[in-house]
Amino acid sequence: MWDFIKLIALGAVAVLAALAATQARDLPYLVNAIEVVLAAAIAGYWIYKTRGQGSSASPYEYNDGVIRAGVIATVLWGVVGFLVGTTIAFQLAFPALNFEWAQGYLNFGKLRPLHTSAVIFAFGGNALIATSFYVVQRTSAARLFGGNLAWFVFWGYNLFIVLAATGYILGATQSKEYAEPEWYVDWWLTIVWVFYLIVFLGTIFKRKEPHIYVANWFYLSFIVTIAMLHIVNNLAIPVSFFGSKSVQLFSGVQDAMTQWWYGHNAVGFFLTAGFLGMMYYFVPKQAERPVYSYKLSIVHFWALIFLYIWAGPHHLHYTALPDWASTLGMVFSIMLWMPSWGGMINGLMTLSGAWDKLRTDPVIRMMVVSVGFYGMSTFEGPMMSIKAVNSLSHYTDWTIGHVHSGALGWNGMITFGALYFLVPRLWSRERLYSLTLVSWHFWLATIGIVLYASSMWVSGIMQGLMWREVDSQGFLVNAFADTVAAMHPMYVTRGIGGVLYLTGGVIMAYNLWATVAKQPRNESASVAAVPAE
Amino acid sequence: MTEKPVKPTKVEVETTGHEWDGIEELNTPLPRWWLWIFYACVVWALLYSVAYPAWPLVNGATPGLLGASTRKAVEEDIARFDARLAPIEAKLVETDLTEISADPDLANYTQNAGAAVFRTWCAQCHGAGAGGNVGYPNLLDDDWIHGGSIEDIYTTVMHGIRATDDPDTRYVAPMAAWSELLEPEEISNVVEYVLLISGQDHDAAMAGEGALVFEDNCAACHGEDGKGMREMGSPNLTDGIWLYGGDRATITETVAYGRAGVMPAWGYAEEGAIPRLSEADVRAVAAYVHSLGGGE
Repeated sequence: MWDFIKLIALGAVAVLAALAATQARDLPYLVNAIEVVLAAAIAGYWIYKTRGQGSSASPYEYNDGVIRAGVIATVLWGVVGFLVGTTIAFQLAFPALNFEWAQGYLNFGKLRPLHTSAVIFAFGGNALIATSFYVVQRTSAARLFGGNLAWFVFWGYNLFIVLAATGYILGATQSKEYAEPEWYVDWWLTIVWVFYLIVFLGTIFKRKEPHIYVANWFYLSFIVTIAMLHIVNNLAIPVSFFGSKSVQLFSGVQDAMTQWWYGHNAVGFFLTAGFLGMMYYFVPKQAERPVYSYKLSIVHFWALIFLYIWAGPHHLHYTALPDWASTLGMVFSIMLWMPSWGGMINGLMTLSGAWDKLRTDPVIRMMVVSVGFYGMSTFEGPMMSIKAVNSLSHYTDWTIGHVHSGALGWNGMITFGALYFLVPRLWSRERLYSLTLVSWHFWLATIGIVLYASSMWVSGIMQGLMWREVDSQGFLVNAFADTVAAMHPMYVTRGIGGVLYLTGGVIMAYNLWATVAKQPRNESASVAAVPAE
Repeated sequence: MTEKPVKPTKVEVETTGHEWDGIEELNTPLPRWWLWIFYACVVWALLYSVAYPAWPLVNGATPGLLGASTRKAVEEDIARFDARLAPIEAKLVETDLTEISADPDLANYTQNAGAAVFRTWCAQCHGAGAGGNVGYPNLLDDDWIHGGSIEDIYTTVMHGIRATDDPDTRYVAPMAAWSELLEPEEISNVVEYVLLISGQDHDAAMAGEGALVFEDNCAACHGEDGKGMREMGSPNLTDGIWLYGGDRATITETVAYGRAGVMPAWGYAEEGAIPRLSEADVRAVAAYVHSLGGGE
């Protein structure tokens, strides 16, 4: 019965999308509509084929299939995202790589949002969804709520990514950083996200543990806040129901402030809170040590959640933003320093008593470096929010370096650590295919990050100093083009850092594939949902 | 002898007693240094927000005890520089253009000010070193399309080339798209002729035919000898200096589709608006460009 309701709904979606395609006013809308038709057709075919079978899984077993799919998606999107990032790094160093034949499709302007969305939303998002499903089941001793709803969240989210990516290449964009997808893609993500919240909260509600584990607080705050940010920053009126273009509800400095309230908290709740949830589960598991301080986890959680949301205006220092908003953005950023470091302390100190594992376990090494980079960039961030520092750093590559020491170092490395932890367990393998390859990945990634971050510091500070250099009569000394020429060596270094990081990612993909394909099955592994105590 | 006091061994902190999937939590108190730095940041934030504009009220926000304002700071900076430069700018505007280089103060000033204007407004097209780009003339050599005296340069900067907003612009007829007026064969021939007079490899027979085409169609602007005419804004075709390129393919493209380069009128503004460059700025950049080596 349910299957037929689903089939009718999917058929309606396919017909409506096909009708929309015939009315399409622009190419990205047409292509996106066709993608929706295809997605609905594939989903319908699958439901038809498996109709009436019901769920064969025992309600006392964890739902790990969707997590396996999420892990695969994370690895694939990661490699794609790193590849696009390395490509655009070289496009900046060597503009001839913006090939004439690819103008309008694969030049820097089109690929840059593709890179940021691929690494943040496709790689990071899939990692967050997959690990949150894993962690919430284990720490609640309960199967995911809602049956196949988790599968809808996974496929729906990845459809969102495909719609967004093809839209970017064909020219559909709201021109808001990290919020480029147009109105109908935003609507779709909203629907998917609501179901994500339902699956996650539902699992927490039916948990068999008396308390909610700290990792789940962070995951939940990430899901709830991202929903709020996404909806408010994407308030827009479509020009036509059959076109991709929309007009933002806010304008001028209000729009800029909304955008950076969103942008900063995308960093705060997507890339910080969500990934702290990941850290709070995988670090103690891999280290086999208790979490350092329960009190610290409570205090830094609430301080982080409360303070982060106000820090956005520091992205708009020295603009049309009023001074008072600028001041508040800055002081909230400074107050955020210690709450951020609370996570670092809890991550690092969880290892006390297990420091020797750093020598023998490259996965732990990855997690420690990750937490180290987290601590470094959450010091750098408040520092850069100080107006006097910002007057030098704003609009320069220093910002790019800061973002990447956080993204490559913290988000990337903790995700790699989690993936190395998850794959043998999800596929019931005794161990990883090769720890040597993990070591290679570790060193390639770490050296890559160091090259990236240090070249961007040098480049950014030089840029800032050259822009503000004036002669004795108060005249600017450098043309903008002079600063561009001076940055070339740093741009090449950054590109090389990207190549190292990408190589590490490819090695990881091979190692994880080989773990599944070449390692013997471990039959004794249990996936039953049993409360810990 | 008293025994050395035994250092108390670190007490193992107890766990909270909860466990999730094998993970336990220690009940370690908050690190003191962490807590105190956090408090210090909060106190500093409060003090800073009292000193500077911070708290939004119904109408406007608290101005802060120090009365700081970034807008005011910029206005003061600009006013300070304006006041410092006012005397020399006044002198520059009063002085005849040709006298500028003779006055050491003005020569020094226009070198710096003109270079700053150039880097900000001109370098995008003409290059940071004024060496030009395809379609944008080199300003270092002595090949001038619209004249290289300081007055000529001043007029070009002030009113631009084919700048449709400024009635005083140097409006010179753009080069026609000759593919609409000539046969393809005639275009091929005249291209060979241009290659001949610019001293490049050419087909002599075609160039001979092309000479007639040139005389009938091109000489009116480029002159009988192809050396160009400034009043027409037509470049010299014989000196080996090319604005768009001197190879066969590029010359063919130029003849077939024409050219119409433009430059903004930097000193012009509609009634009541402020021009992008002031009179003193235009004079300074004209003197600077004139001094680069090609000035007449």
